Amino acid sequence: MAIAPFETPKLKPYPVIPLVAVGAMAHSKPYVASPIIQARLGFPGELEDGWEQRAVGKMGELLGKYRSLQVYMDSCVHCGACSDKCHYFLGTGDPKNMPVARQDLMRGVYRRYFTFAGKHFPKLVGATDMTKEVLDDWWTYYNQCSECRRCSVFCPYGIDTAEVTMAAREIMDSVGLGQKYANEIIGKVHRIGNNLGIPEPALANTLAGLEEDVKEETGLDVRFPLDQEGAEVMLVTPSADFFSEPHVESLIGYAKVFHAAGISWTLSSKASEAGNFGLFIGNYEQMQKISLRVKEAAQELRVRRLVVGECGHAWRVAYAFWNTLIGPFDWLDSRYPVPQHICEMTYDLIQQGAIQFDKEKNDDRIITFHDSCNVARASRMGSMPGGQFVIPREIIKAVANRFHDMSLGTTHEATFCCGGGGGLLTDDLLELRVKGALPRMEALKNVVDQHGVNFMAAICAICKAQFSKVLPYYGFDMSMVGGVHQLVGRAIVLGRPH
Amino acid sequence: MSLLSIAYAALFYLATAVLVVGVALKIRRYAGVPAPLLIPTTPAPTTTTGVALRMTREVVFFESLFKASKWTWIFGWLFHAALVLVLLRHLRYFQQPVWTPVVWVQAFGLYAGFAMVAGLAGLWARRFLVDRVRYISTPSDHLHLALLIAIGLTGLGMRFVAPTDIVAVKAFMLGLMRLDVQPLPADPLLLLHLALVALLMLVFPISKLLHAPGLFFSPGRNQADNSREVRHLAAWAAVYDKQK
Repeated sequence: MAIAPFETPKLKPYPVIPLVAVGAMAHSKPYVASPIIQARLGFPGELEDGWEQRAVGKMGELLGKYRSLQVYMDSCVHCGACSDKCHYFLGTGDPKNMPVARQDLMRGVYRRYFTFAGKHFPKLVGATDMTKEVLDDWWTYYNQCSECRRCSVFCPYGIDTAEVTMAAREIMDSVGLGQKYANEIIGKVHRIGNNLGIPEPALANTLAGLEEDVKEETGLDVRFPLDQEGAEVMLVTPSADFFSEPHVESLIGYAKVFHAAGISWTLSSKASEAGNFGLFIGNYEQMQKISLRVKEAAQELRVRRLVVGECGHAWRVAYAFWNTLIGPFDWLDSRYPVPQHICEMTYDLIQQGAIQFDKEKNDDRIITFHDSCNVARASRMGSMPGGQFVIPREIIKAVANRFHDMSLGTTHEATFCCGGGGGLLTDDLLELRVKGALPRMEALKNVVDQHGVNFMAAICAICKAQFSKVLPYYGFDMSMVGGVHQLVGRAIVLGRPH
Repeated sequence: MSLLSIAYAALFYLATAVLVVGVALKIRRYAGVPAPLLIPTTPAPTTTTGVALRMTREVVFFESLFKASKWTWIFGWLFHAALVLVLLRHLRYFQQPVWTPVVWVQAFGLYAGFAMVAGLAGLWARRFLVDRVRYISTPSDHLHLALLIAIGLTGLGMRFVAPTDIVAVKAFMLGLMRLDVQPLPADPLLLLHLALVALLMLVFPISKLLHAPGLFFSPGRNQADNSREVRHLAAWAAVYDKQK
């Protein structure tokens, strides 16, 4: 199926809330997972008779397992606070991309089967039966949510659409309707060890190649160790860091930091992926299974610290969920936070004066920073709330001279999603991804025009891949996006060649 | 004793029972369903005290709504703050002697009646004027606003247009609390006002009015951001914990 042509939204000098355009994105749907992909995760292969009751049954189960879902289903008053907060609504105008309307796709069914008012007065409260039409709407619009939580910042009750989307995807999976991109990747991570499906020999080969490249650049033996037993740190990083541009530049940056600070470290072929798509499909069991590889690998390699590379949703799972999923971590070095973000590690080393920089090396770059949604709104760095905003910016300022933030309301906890998160980074959703990037692109355009910004740093593999793809649609160069450790790697002082 | 007084007494006993039992059951449900993962919307406080402060700002000032939409915040906060004063003012019907703070609040509570209706009118106007809010509004959203405005207007009507015998009303209410039904004045405005209030109490536990208890149980707001320091484990998730 070819992607139908679509028009890239025009960048406006200031944000404009679009008028409601009913059905504007009704055609946007991801590919459906094949029965084989579904079977690998233990999900039914396709919709079978009686799926309606099973879906409602699954909803009942989830309502009893997740307080978030139960409370969020009851608490919405339709105040509209969230209605202009979703980047997909701002980019498309489709009213079902307003968080409240997206939630209501499930709330209608919830009311019908689980509340007094919906059982007896369905029309009055907008309750709907679980029908194929409703399921089609779920499929369309729960695959137009990147689970970025921006709406939850503004909701007076803290209702988080991500929780509703995750529950909807879990329910759809449970009746045999799975999303190809996400579920195929989860299968790969179990079979091969990472989302990209890079086998161990190819990984070893790539790392050896990187050692040669860095040797050529610096004359130094900067190592990229794989499966090295007894290393102090195991680095868990998104597999895109091994093969994709600009991701690999950050991997080189991490390696140089470890080298300069004299910290022994290793990657793991078993846990060669920080990403955890179990989060995106709302499946606790998958999320735990994928996390468990990290624990097993760390124990096999007898490392003492866990450090996570530049990946937004992986950091959410690691920071907020690992202790629950695979903890406790009493077997690791308690002098360091478990897990620790690579930015936390680098920042600490900068504070201690353990690494130095030649900031002029980055003088050709005028830099801005894109807060990734899962880092901004679902995790932390350092010991202070909001450290996730301070630490990456302080690193950038320590390694480069020219930095400008994008405007308030588009950064920190109000940051806009790149448009490709939450399991939507697939070409079958390209139109959605391009349009969903609009708010971020407008904010970027402003700093480009005002300050001549030519580099947008991010700490998320999905953000980097998404921006590389959509920047050209808005007339920007795809190489404008890169990692924070890409900047670190360029400026770090490594000493003279031996 | 008139049939009317007995009917209204019965109505209020029923409405009170539904309100109290209904909300209690909902709270039991919210408290009983586990929160398996830590999902506070960050940046979030790292301590319980911090969470209490965040929740207080949310309950008293509608902090998040303020960030979201100034118009909705103005009308919403005005309505809720006025409602609190109006409810406090009405406490005098249930107390003898009347608490001093309730005496103090009488003058404010009177003007709050207007503020309450103004806030509700603003909130209702948004449902017609803002296309996004128009799109999401259901018949029940409009009816909730109509109900609250009607309660406010009938109340103001009794104060400024057609006064009722409030001494008798107070005797009726105090009687209800002693299970001793007293005669209720048969003024149409009063009967309408009371019937609408009873209706509001009846729909509370089965409607979006549950946002009031819901906020306190919202994991996005009531959890501390301490996932690395404290291990958080819910009962059903502990089963998976053992399998690993």
